Amino acid sequence: MIEQSLAGLMQGFGVALVPNHLMWSLFGVLVGNLVGVIPGMGTMSTISVLLPLTFGMQPVPAILMLAGVFYGSTYGGAISAILLNLPSHAPHAVACLDGYPLTKQGKGGKALGLAMFASFFATIFGILVMIFASPLLVAIAFKFGPADIFSVMLLGLLAGSTMARGSPLKGVAAVLLGLLCGVVGTDVNSGIVRFSLGTSELWEGVSLISLALGMFAVGDFLLNVNRTTYVAHSAAVSVRDMLPNWGDIKKSLSPILRGTIIGTLFGAMPGTGPTITSFIGYAFERKISKTPERFGHGAIEGVVASEAASHAKAQVDFIPTMCLGIPGDPIMALILGALMIQGITPGPQLITEHPDLFWGLIASFWVGNALLLLLNIPMIGIWVKVLRVPYRYLFPAAMFFVAIGVYSHDNNLYHIAEVLVIGAISAILVALQFPLAPILLGFVLGPMVEENFRRALTLSNGDLATFVERPISTVFVAVSALLLVVQTVSYVRGTRSKLGVSMP
Amino acid sequence: MMRSLFSFNKDYYGGAIMILIGLAAARQGMQYEMGTLGHMGPGFYPTAVGALLAAIGLVIALTARLGSGRPTAGEAGAHPAFDRRAWSGIIGGSLAFMVLNKYGGLVPGTFALVFISALGDRENTLLQALWLAVGMVAIAVVAFWWALQLQLRLFSWG
Repeated sequence: MIEQSLAGLMQGFGVALVPNHLMWSLFGVLVGNLVGVIPGMGTMSTISVLLPLTFGMQPVPAILMLAGVFYGSTYGGAISAILLNLPSHAPHAVACLDGYPLTKQGKGGKALGLAMFASFFATIFGILVMIFASPLLVAIAFKFGPADIFSVMLLGLLAGSTMARGSPLKGVAAVLLGLLCGVVGTDVNSGIVRFSLGTSELWEGVSLISLALGMFAVGDFLLNVNRTTYVAHSAAVSVRDMLPNWGDIKKSLSPILRGTIIGTLFGAMPGTGPTITSFIGYAFERKISKTPERFGHGAIEGVVASEAASHAKAQVDFIPTMCLGIPGDPIMALILGALMIQGITPGPQLITEHPDLFWGLIASFWVGNALLLLLNIPMIGIWVKVLRVPYRYLFPAAMFFVAIGVYSHDNNLYHIAEVLVIGAISAILVALQFPLAPILLGFVLGPMVEENFRRALTLSNGDLATFVERPISTVFVAVSALLLVVQTVSYVRGTRSKLGVSMP
Repeated sequence: MMRSLFSFNKDYYGGAIMILIGLAAARQGMQYEMGTLGHMGPGFYPTAVGALLAAIGLVIALTARLGSGRPTAGEAGAHPAFDRRAWSGIIGGSLAFMVLNKYGGLVPGTFALVFISALGDRENTLLQALWLAVGMVAIAVVAFWWALQLQLRLFSWG
């Protein structure tokens, strides 16, 4: 098995290092980093805005570019979090806690350098786990029947919706809303068009682009314009500041390692999300520290451990996404959706049917992260300048990219109206404290949930007991039920608010 | 007015909206063939999901008092009141883009979109919005029309 993985990996490097692919990887990393640095642009909106670019591309470069955008924007997010105290990407909220105090003490560059080193290390570790765990998971996944797949998805959806902050009930409602959005369009089994509201434009369903851009770009702008005031800053960071000395590295090495392990363990749990992971990495570090009082006032351990945890988690998240076709969090759902637009269905057959894509992607993680580390050190001066772009110039320009992006999906201006409606609805939902991310998760998984649900019941002749008779399915149904009970009870009792106080 | 309504109790309204959406979906789902569990028609699944959503909505509304006192960090940034100027700018600009691309072309469409949405922000002056719009028109023409060969004419009349 391991030999096979290594052979696959060699092939992957062959794919990732093709000049054309390397160029797209570099492009994705650069643009992702650039947009990620801009305050107010999170990973979700960055990927959503750049998604339309991939329509005309081959599957391999398209996915390499999107993956590049993904980790580029997480690196970029760390910059605005540490230097400006602005978490544009939720997991970085934890990096703000100690990163910003360090910036105020004039050690922002060092914090940034070490955070990047931590991210790089954690990513590399995550990739290694991915290389060796994926074939194992695939071997198991081939034994899954429709009932098992349905139950795994059930767990993924429940975890994704209830582990977010806030009311678990609202998370479940959001997932169901996403499932309903996924129903729109032509039913594959009967050919009947459902929920088209009488328009022919909806026969093919709501497009992922419209949904993602509506929720994470337009909806965001509707809520934030005139609300967000960014304080001007004067953080100057030079290349030399970024390079940590040996003492710093030695001091952060074990926090990085601990954060990485926490992130990897959580990565295996679907739906936990990088925010919770990075917070746990931070909390653990504070707990075992001999000087916990330094945390919140510039403890470098807190910055590196949380960054390592969220990056390891992000990497390990690719395993269920690629091997089972079940995304662990909404960002993975978006990447999964992009793959499906390219006509590729992730799942156990992916490694055998598209080995170039699977191993190429893994190899490109390495290449891309090395590029990021190399790019970020000399370009930090530019990023610091980008940080000064005010939101009021940014969002009108982004609106243009949104409009052009949805239009180019199938050269139809109608989709812009669709995005506006989705944006308005999601702004209202956010105001009512519904989480948006589970909607996307439900939307992407919806068609698969329905298909496997129907197939499982056809096989069992309509006997619902099939979900608790097969061993694999029974385990997942039981864990789902347990999760639901625990989450609801702990929310009602208010134990979450204890967590919430220390969470920014 | 809007604001006082929403801050009254978000869970009542949130739950009510979910009940409405759920019931509407279930009702629409029942228009399609239901079938049986063993041979499901296209109507079964949407009806079931809709009914489930309505049920969850009901629970959210009924338990509104439990959650109301505890706004969590993630939502803290989202102010309940809607900013009329931001909404008019963004929605108005996009509608102008749609109309002007059909009866005017990419150049006036892009200009209107960026100019109008920029004015949605109170701090942007007319001049700043103008320059931003001109800049984006230049990007639209060079990057999207010329380099990416977008299927939109620069100027068109109907």
